[in-house]
Amino acid sequence: MNSNAELVIKARGLTKRFGNLTAVDHLDLDVPRSIIYGFLGPNGSGKTTAIRMLCGLLTPSEGSATVLGLEVPENANALKPNIGYMTQRFSLYGDLTVQENLEFIADIYSYPRHSRNARIEELIEQYDLAGQRTQFAGTMSGGQRQRLALACAVLNKPQLLLLDEPTSAVDPKSRRDFWAKLFALADAGTTILISTHYMDEAERCHRLAILDHGRKVADGSPAELQAATGMSIIEVLAKDPQAVQRELDKLPEVASITQLGMRLRVLIPDTNSDPLSLVDRVLVAMNLEASTEIVSASLEDVFVAATMEDSSVGKAA
Amino acid sequence: MKFAPRLLAVMRKEFLQLKRDRLTFAMIVGIPVMQMLLFGYAINTDVRNLVSAVANQANSHLSRQFISELGQTQVLDLRYVVDTPQEIEALLEAGKISIGIYIPPDFDRRVIDDRRAAAHLMVDAVDPTVIGVANQLRNMPLKFDSTIAPPARAGTFEVRPYFNPERRSVVFIMPGLIGIILTLTMMLFTAVAVVREREHGNLELLINTPVSTTELMIGKVVPYIMIGIVQLALIIAVGRFLFNVPILGSILDLYLAASVFIAANLALGLFISTIVKTQFQAIQITFFILLPSILISGFVFPFEGMPRVVQYLGEILPTTHFIRITRGIMLRDTPLGDMSQELLALGVFALVAMTAATIRFSKRLD
Repeated sequence: MNSNAELVIKARGLTKRFGNLTAVDHLDLDVPRSIIYGFLGPNGSGKTTAIRMLCGLLTPSEGSATVLGLEVPENANALKPNIGYMTQRFSLYGDLTVQENLEFIADIYSYPRHSRNARIEELIEQYDLAGQRTQFAGTMSGGQRQRLALACAVLNKPQLLLLDEPTSAVDPKSRRDFWAKLFALADAGTTILISTHYMDEAERCHRLAILDHGRKVADGSPAELQAATGMSIIEVLAKDPQAVQRELDKLPEVASITQLGMRLRVLIPDTNSDPLSLVDRVLVAMNLEASTEIVSASLEDVFVAATMEDSSVGKAA
Repeated sequence: MKFAPRLLAVMRKEFLQLKRDRLTFAMIVGIPVMQMLLFGYAINTDVRNLVSAVANQANSHLSRQFISELGQTQVLDLRYVVDTPQEIEALLEAGKISIGIYIPPDFDRRVIDDRRAAAHLMVDAVDPTVIGVANQLRNMPLKFDSTIAPPARAGTFEVRPYFNPERRSVVFIMPGLIGIILTLTMMLFTAVAVVREREHGNLELLINTPVSTTELMIGKVVPYIMIGIVQLALIIAVGRFLFNVPILGSILDLYLAASVFIAANLALGLFISTIVKTQFQAIQITFFILLPSILISGFVFPFEGMPRVVQYLGEILPTTHFIRITRGIMLRDTPLGDMSQELLALGVFALVAMTAATIRFSKRLD
């Protein structure tokens, strides 16, 4: 296993079809050790399916994947003790208490009997669950459930954590605390694969793959991705943004327009040498008071640009 | 008036959902059809072909003719021919026959004696329908060489009831009821077990842990075996102290057989759980199996009276075998060893159902 210790996950041409639907389409993936790797993509982009294939829950229709040096799904059983998995839905027992849930998970993982209780105490403290020890998991808040789920996922000290949209049911404060825990885990050597559709979460990942319709459309660190959108981003501040959008939409050069309050973010491919004057000409013709400015790409721009290359997606409205 | 369109909307939605729940849809057709067929075939008050044994010690022309007359009534299936009444008793005890005919050596003389019955009917009095048949045969006219002799005042047969001399029906019902109660509760426990975890999302987490399918399946069954044993103790206590139902045989045998039976039902429930999608469907399937367990297991209607095909179906059900065992142990003091075939049937059923459930339950999602 140590021979390719550098790559925790290595997938080549990983594909999953359900009937006519291709949920994951020839996914190549290289995840180095001890980083937080994000799967960013809209609902139905294949994030969950990809994660399920990586932990051996689903058999790929095509391609191969090696996780922690083990082929999946063939060696999934050998893999299980070394991975922690957090499902999209809360999947612990609602009619067991926090303590009982932790004990159950510890025993399922055959955690050594003599150090089991110490480990549980450690987790209860780390994940701030002391107040909920005897509370039924089903009656806890979203944030508390999420802390319990993470505590259970890391109980056996896994080398790899697979987190499937873990923060979809929690408030921003809990989310921030959650990410602090993830960074601490990554620092301690755990590799984390996390799927999300939140831009602010994606921005926190060390590396990122953007999935769209089952295909990986971009891969890199958030900064790399922002630098390489292949788009000029022009911000337009105008009195009647809706009218401006309607006019700009008529230009074949414009790839996408997003309205943010009174402002419009206009994406124009880099192939156009002077995007600013292109937009200005329209505004002049409309005889509208407006200001324009070239700005740097946000991750959302990256996402929009990356998912646009798919021919089925036209100009964003 | 908005009432009508809203009402229609609710109704249309119900039909749409019903149409998509294929299993419920199948049950709408399946349950009435099955119930009609089962009741139609199982209810049979004119009993035919009761398995019986005959010991003819007279061995005269007259007695042989008498036996052949008996056979022609088609009420009895004279399957065993033995030499002594003791052998008949042994067959009765083993539950192999319901009725034994003993023709004493002085049969020919008894026939013309008005004060004495010509022969003996040894009857398994546990089953009311068998008693009914015996009473019917009791005064059957003797017919010899086309001359019909009037029945003797003492009757053609002297009926000797075995095992339930007071002929109380509660005694007959109770051992079977144990089987029915355990079938329902045990099967329900596990039928919802896997689906519940699937519905709550627990399963996706579980299959991602090192726990093996076998550990999961056995771990789900064993606690309920214990619960089943407690339940059995409760039923026996109520039967014993409130209804005075005897347990003539070994109570240890009863518990042993019940453990295997409980395991069989739990395994069946577990298998159901792996094929259904919701808890509601699991309950539907459980009732689908419970119905024949009541109707064609010999619990209410005698097994022998049913058509051959229905009997074969009945043999598949664990309840059928268990009821034979409980009646044997509780009412006839039959040692479990004499009913090893029934016990074996239960064991095989449990094993097959458990294996099927384990195979069906995959640790993968596809």
